[in-house]
Amino acid sequence: MPAATARPAAGGPVISLDKVVKRYTMGTNEVLAMRGVDLIVEPGEMVAIMGASGSGKSTMMNIIGCLDTPTSGSYVLDGVPVNGLSRNQLADLRNQKLGFVFQGFNLLPRTTALDNVELPMLYDRAGRWTDTRATAAAALTRVGLGARMDHEPSELSGGQQQRVAIARAIVTQPTVLLADEPTGNLDSHTTVDVMSLFQELNEQGITIILVTHEPDVAQYAKRIVEMRDGRIIRDVPVADRHNAKADLASMVSDDALAVVA
Amino acid sequence: MKKITLFKVATQSIIKNKLRTMLTMLGIVIGVGAVIIMVAIGNGAQSQIEKQIGNLGTNMIVITAGSTAQGGVSQGAGTFNRLTIADADKIKLNSTLLNAVSPVIVTRTQIIGGLGNWRTGVNGVSTDYLTIRNWGVSSGELFSDDDVRSKKKVVVLGNTVATNLFPDGNAVGAQVQLGRSPFTVVGVLSPKGQTATGNDQDDVVLVPYTTAQDRLSGFSFLAQILGSTSSTAVIPAAIEEVKLLMRDAHNLNGGNVPDDFTVRDQTAIAAAATSTTSVMTGLLAAIASISLIVGGIGIMNIMLVSVTERTREIGIRMAIGARGSDVLTQFLIESIVMSVLGGVIGLLVGLGGAAILGKFTGWATATPWSAVFIAVGFSAAVGVFFGYYPARKAASMNPIQALRYE
Repeated sequence: MPAATARPAAGGPVISLDKVVKRYTMGTNEVLAMRGVDLIVEPGEMVAIMGASGSGKSTMMNIIGCLDTPTSGSYVLDGVPVNGLSRNQLADLRNQKLGFVFQGFNLLPRTTALDNVELPMLYDRAGRWTDTRATAAAALTRVGLGARMDHEPSELSGGQQQRVAIARAIVTQPTVLLADEPTGNLDSHTTVDVMSLFQELNEQGITIILVTHEPDVAQYAKRIVEMRDGRIIRDVPVADRHNAKADLASMVSDDALAVVA
Repeated sequence: MKKITLFKVATQSIIKNKLRTMLTMLGIVIGVGAVIIMVAIGNGAQSQIEKQIGNLGTNMIVITAGSTAQGGVSQGAGTFNRLTIADADKIKLNSTLLNAVSPVIVTRTQIIGGLGNWRTGVNGVSTDYLTIRNWGVSSGELFSDDDVRSKKKVVVLGNTVATNLFPDGNAVGAQVQLGRSPFTVVGVLSPKGQTATGNDQDDVVLVPYTTAQDRLSGFSFLAQILGSTSSTAVIPAAIEEVKLLMRDAHNLNGGNVPDDFTVRDQTAIAAAATSTTSVMTGLLAAIASISLIVGGIGIMNIMLVSVTERTREIGIRMAIGARGSDVLTQFLIESIVMSVLGGVIGLLVGLGGAAILGKFTGWATATPWSAVFIAVGFSAAVGVFFGYYPARKAASMNPIQALRYE
């Protein structure tokens, strides 16, 4: 596989939010979704962002994901100041530095797993990829779906679809993997299964930020950031971090009939 | 994304949605198919109309002697009788555009035979005369070139003359007397009816011009020389050619001497033919554009629905790094591929339909190559034109809202 994106020389934080404010106008109402958020994420972290709906966590994810830009304050992603970039520059940044995993999987329907995973490389304008098929196949093997490359999403279980989505997110070797409620549509067993994959990828060096409202899921992260009313109200390391692989093993022994996805 | 990859992505999406694709293409298929059939029928009808108008004699040109003025008083056309057999021969020999030339000697005489006698016009002509006038015989035949050369006393009766003298229809082979000479009837002309001004064209008899000079008119000047071209289009050129030949024949080439003859064509009829044809063409073009525009609106319709239906897909593509231009190009390629494919299928349907229609109705059908290219080219243009708005709409979507779209 080609080398990962060059890191900034200083090896500084991958994400740096400084007094970020996001203001929406909805009709005549003005909504302050973020009221001055500071956040630093270092390489190799696994951060869980928590909060009730309306707390501003989704808005923060959109800004970190370069899908939206701050009203004021600055955002630097992997050494690149995001403020003031054009639509096209944001698209290129998403393609090169970010990987997305969504609650609803968001795979292209009637499209094989391999084609889905190949897609981000096809939109690459920097010419980083030579053999996109082989790279996509390697990513699918890495998430444990090497045998199901030719399956379409409708032929895969929820857990498998999320694995395909994760393979699509990591195939471009992004600086940050962003997961928005990645286990929201999964049963408890598959949830733990997918979290074990996240932990495994994090151990291999990928920085992961995941949004969740389930405290159980947040326990698999290394750090929890909690938001309320557009502000960070708590930012703590996870004291009793769970190991998803161990949890999975005990679940399997608890219930021998559980179907492994 | 590279163009070739975008093309692949676009065609994949077309193949994945077979039903939607077929419904979308249907409008263009019907549009192009209808145009092709319409043009085929129209073209066939057009050539038939042209042929029928041609029968009226639009391809004919008439050379008459010019006018002379005596002491400033013009004596009118034909008074300066210098049109000769030699002129007619020269034109026939040298013209490249006229396919038939006949001298015409005009006189009147009493014809006696059959049931009685009849006074009628006598035209002394060559064997080309019937070709020029688009005329034929209903029984017997026209005299031959040999008859002309040997000044044979043979006559072809016009329909009116034949019905008056031989009501039983047994004119061919009978003996009649023209002036003071006995002639043999060799044929009867088919009826041609009246001219626009009410003259009975069938009240005439035709004899070889040599015989007419010798036996009937007694002079060697011609009333007119008739010629015809193979198509209406070359008439102006043919007139110029005849003028040059005539000036040459009359030694008018040196100096600034006016023509001593007049060359005319059937301009009015030809103009009518041309305007009929162009009205027809305009009508077809109107029908063609309407059905293609309807097909195009069909494409736009489905593409708009498709953009809405695929909002989430667009959001996904944008989230993983597709630029607006990538999405725009993808949707544009989709609509162009669909409309061109529809155009090609419509073309085949149209060609097949025209052939079947021609076979069962007996209508003349002809599909010109230009119609084929225009129909397919037009459908591609329709794809671009009607695909742009939906593609633009897709490209300008907000990725956050697109991703949340249910």
